[in-house]
Amino acid sequence: MEMIQIVGLGLMATVLILVVREQKPMFAFLLAAFTGIFIFLYLIGKIEIVITVLEDLANRSGIPSIYLKTILKIIGIAYIAEFGAQIVRDAGQEGIASKIEFAGKVFILVMAVPIISVIVETVIGLLPDGS
Amino acid sequence: MSAIFQIAGIGIVIAMIHSVLKQMGKEDMAHWVTLIGFVVVLFMVVRLLNELFQEIKTIFLFQ
Repeated sequence: MEMIQIVGLGLMATVLILVVREQKPMFAFLLAAFTGIFIFLYLIGKIEIVITVLEDLANRSGIPSIYLKTILKIIGIAYIAEFGAQIVRDAGQEGIASKIEFAGKVFILVMAVPIISVIVETVIGLLPDGS
Repeated sequence: MSAIFQIAGIGIVIAMIHSVLKQMGKEDMAHWVTLIGFVVVLFMVVRLLNELFQEIKTIFLFQ
């Protein structure tokens, strides 16, 4: 029944934000940011369990840990970028939100470069000699 | 959880104080009150944000 709690929290926060926005829009923005952070912080605990299982699986199957680390970093960057962009978008700054998302994409690309190079080297190794 | 009500309450109380001080003709005082309330709430938000980022760092980025 945690889902109902989250939905209730969201509805309650929305009503409070609507009340406060009439008087002070600044406080409404901070309240929205706080609610977002609160829900995210709650979910992080759940995500941690899944991540632990993934790490365990990767250790058992003998995948080099650098791959899992890279993938987890990419997921983390995606979460943070999305979170920041949404808060900024809520405040009405569409342009800055797009830049945050763009920065997230660039960082993910930078993280993925070692994996891409490994793939290219594997493919080159598969090719027959002399071709 | 109660922090959300806290922030909303601070916002409403600050708005009330603001309008009361404005009625009394102390315009500059009213703005100071708003600014201080804003800083207090900002402090709360930033502290929680710091907690969130530390958590994300330990889970995803292995630091």
